[in-house]
Amino acid sequence: MTTPLPDLDCDALTKRFGASTAVDHVSFSVRAGSFFSILGPSGCGKTTIMRMIAGFLEPSSGDIRIKGRSVLDVPPNKRPVNMVFQHLALFPMMNIADNIGYGLRRKGMTKPAIARKVDEALERIGLPGIGARRVDELSGGQKQRVAIARCMVLEPDVLLLDEPLGALDLKLREHMKVELKALQTAFDTTFVYITHDQSEALVMSDTIAVMNAGRFEQMGTARDLYYRPQTAFVAGFVGDANRWQGRVARAEGEALEIKTDTGLMLRAASPGRKLTVGDRAEVFVRPEAIRLAEDAAELAHFDTRISGHVATILFNGAASRVIVTDPSGADIGVTLPQSGEFAHLTRGAPIHVGWSGDQGNAFVMTRP
Amino acid sequence: MRAGQKLGLILLLTPLLLWLSLLIIIPHIDLFLLSLRERVGVRQYETGLANYRTILTEPLYMVTFARTAMMSVLATILTLLIAFPVSYYIAKLVRGRARSVLFLMCLVPFWVSELVRTFGWMILLRESGVISGLLQWTGLAAGPVEMLYNDAAMMVGLVYTSMLFMVVPLVTTLDSLDDAVIEAGYDLGGSGPSILREIVIPHAMPGIVSGSIVVFMLSLGNYLTPTMLGGKDSLWFTQMIYSQFIVRFNWELGAAFGFMLLILSSLIVWAVLRLTGQTLEKTMG
Amino acid sequence: MKSSAFALKLTASALALGLAAPASAETLRLLTWGGYAPENVIELFEAETGHTVEVTTSNNEEMIAKLRATGGGGFDLAQPSQDRIAGPQEEFGIYKPMDLSKIDASLFIPSMLEATKTNTTVGGEVYGVPHVWGTDGLVLNTAQAADVKDYTDLCSDAVAGKVSYRMRRPTLIGFAFSMGMDPFAAYADEAAYTEILSKVEEALIACKPNVKTYWSGGDELMGLVRSGEVVAAMAWDTGGWKLNDDNPDVTFVAPTSGALGWIDTFVIPAKGQADDAAYAWINFVMKPEIAAMITESAGNFTASQGADAFVSDALKAKYQASFPQEAIDNIKWYPPVPAGLEALEGAVLDRVQAAR
Repeated sequence: MTTPLPDLDCDALTKRFGASTAVDHVSFSVRAGSFFSILGPSGCGKTTIMRMIAGFLEPSSGDIRIKGRSVLDVPPNKRPVNMVFQHLALFPMMNIADNIGYGLRRKGMTKPAIARKVDEALERIGLPGIGARRVDELSGGQKQRVAIARCMVLEPDVLLLDEPLGALDLKLREHMKVELKALQTAFDTTFVYITHDQSEALVMSDTIAVMNAGRFEQMGTARDLYYRPQTAFVAGFVGDANRWQGRVARAEGEALEIKTDTGLMLRAASPGRKLTVGDRAEVFVRPEAIRLAEDAAELAHFDTRISGHVATILFNGAASRVIVTDPSGADIGVTLPQSGEFAHLTRGAPIHVGWSGDQGNAFVMTRP
Repeated sequence: MRAGQKLGLILLLTPLLLWLSLLIIIPHIDLFLLSLRERVGVRQYETGLANYRTILTEPLYMVTFARTAMMSVLATILTLLIAFPVSYYIAKLVRGRARSVLFLMCLVPFWVSELVRTFGWMILLRESGVISGLLQWTGLAAGPVEMLYNDAAMMVGLVYTSMLFMVVPLVTTLDSLDDAVIEAGYDLGGSGPSILREIVIPHAMPGIVSGSIVVFMLSLGNYLTPTMLGGKDSLWFTQMIYSQFIVRFNWELGAAFGFMLLILSSLIVWAVLRLTGQTLEKTMG
Repeated sequence: MKSSAFALKLTASALALGLAAPASAETLRLLTWGGYAPENVIELFEAETGHTVEVTTSNNEEMIAKLRATGGGGFDLAQPSQDRIAGPQEEFGIYKPMDLSKIDASLFIPSMLEATKTNTTVGGEVYGVPHVWGTDGLVLNTAQAADVKDYTDLCSDAVAGKVSYRMRRPTLIGFAFSMGMDPFAAYADEAAYTEILSKVEEALIACKPNVKTYWSGGDELMGLVRSGEVVAAMAWDTGGWKLNDDNPDVTFVAPTSGALGWIDTFVIPAKGQADDAAYAWINFVMKPEIAAMITESAGNFTASQGADAFVSDALKAKYQASFPQEAIDNIKWYPPVPAGLEALEGAVLDRVQAAR
């Protein structure tokens, strides 16, 4: 919060389509030069927010300010905001240089100046000399970079990115995550990025807003969201988690004992939230927070222990999992340590799992 | 098995080949040979180019062709100017049912024959017709107004008849233009006219060219509309062909006219394709 | 292209029908004018003879074009005008000589039969016998175009913009007579005929601003006159008589230079396949009472001897009003058109159409 004026400031932004409310009183500020992501499942209203910022939709109420000035009366072609579209929307009828130079031509810049800026931009995205090529001659990643360059030559205050990696294959997507972050640093521009892919948001963003059903559930850094989810939705949506439903049996401050519907007794914590005995509750436990042991004695120091047997082993390198079936028949996902300790584990083998109560994150269930 | 496949292929191709050869190739060869025949006396003929010489030396024929071509080009341009906004509206601005309804409305005139359609226009435009009556009733005109039997009426008829053939290819190409591309144009600072010029029209070019070729050919080959709506001054090349074949019994000259029409219209289409940088494969494929 | 495809289709159907038709009861494919083969007459004929009749309606030019396309096939009996038989026969050989022994000459008005036989004789063979006759003249709205007495009066200022005629040869011939020339006498002399045509061309071009439109179909003309958009036109007598039923002011008037008389005939196409049925039809429809039925349907009188007695008084009255005796005497009957004359006339018609 060093800059007094945030680059983008949305205030009680609301959009209603007929009877349904797509965006419901959403407020947020984006610091200059930061990478801000809106993460949410499809249909949560994130695209609507983006289209309102770009100017393609008019908010039902609320305000959008860019560098402190309301832009509600500014048409999309005059807003100091540019957008990278989901399928990039490069102009197939133009070559690369004309694509990048389009906005500059519209500003009335002279031809030599445009040519210079286009060359500069191509240099910057690491694709010098491709100006004369046609759009369909480029690979997915190259198109991606051109789409960003096409916006960046206009030096917008805010760059909006609408799931631009969605169309790429997995490997390229991993690579582009890193590259996008690097480009953002290089251009030193504020990025607002929307995605339904949590790993994109977690890797690149300075700040992430998790959105659900038209509202922001939680806003914070990637770590905040992962380790300190404030709502059940965030706990379930960001990262993997085992989930139990039950009723609070005992409460001592933030430490709880919960009896699940399947009859297990779990310990959990509810930092910052007040749960009382008898409340319906949901408990989330990350797979990596759970320890495996073949001998129950090894888990004696944990306050939550369950015995079961191995249902499946999902080998995926460092992200390998064991699915353990507990006596009630429910599955528990546990991260498989790659130390070799469990290399001989086979299906059906008896196994013990345990975790400490403060790793269990409990929320009051709003819906039964 | 291979022989069976070959037989299947031959059987599949037979209708097409029959159609091509019986209805297109053979009649054209016949027509061409006919056009090379010169009548020297009763039932006496010689082979020669006299009929083509007649066309080139009699200014009336070339003037008629030039007029027909110019009017067809004008009809094509007018059709394009009217059809483009209509197609854009159908392809980009309406969705769902409204869209099918609009498309259907473009199609409805084609459920009745061309003759009935043309009669419809005659009822509207004639001196004792609907529009004339309306003008008199509202006091905008003192006496009956004749709007039929001139080039403007003929143009109205040609444009009306051709509309669908322009709208269909335009809707198809405009449909394939991603809305996001237009939005990207606005987002990057483009205004309506500049987006139309730099993005929409270049994208729709194959549709524009193929629609224009079809409309031009249809107008050039139209007989009914110029005859019925154009009246005494209508001078259409197809009328000349008809009168040579049917009224004058001069099939030889009529055949030569037919071939000139084929050659000259092909030349015009080729020139337009060259000028717009399109190819036949791209526009028709 | 269209004509060639048409020819193929005709040949194919001719073949199919030819194979299917038994010798005794035949199918008569009749190529005729609208009104010349009314439904009631066909029913009577089929009941009496057992033959069946298929009717195709057309006009002179199309009849000849259709027969030419097939070399005289596709139809068993056709009805072109008597002046359009000798020329096309010489040029294209599309007709068959008539076997006059199979025709009951007593049914015909002798003068008309003889005249038609003379006009349709090529190489000593007779090709046609008369059926229906009528005239080309003026159809006028007498209340508004009382001053129009002859074809050239169509070009007067009194009827400016309310005139219509056809861009066909009768117009050329009519104007030539009206201008004091005799085109029929010049038929054989190409130079003289060309001279006449060039004068007519000049007159027609000068007259063009007076014309509302050139009519091409009977229904089109009827519509124009009925709506009052046209008050004076060059047309057939029957057109005027039919319009008279709707509006007593409209009628047919024989022009002072003489109405142009035509006779539609019976001819047998060169490849006709039902000659017996064709002759049976001719002899059947020339019976006075049948001929009167055709007169009621077509509006024109026939060459049938004594048929007038069976024709309705209303039609007779109209006929007599349009044709006083001196007008009948003044009718100019079309002589046979020599082959090749159409090309000369065609060029004139094209130039008139193109003139501005």
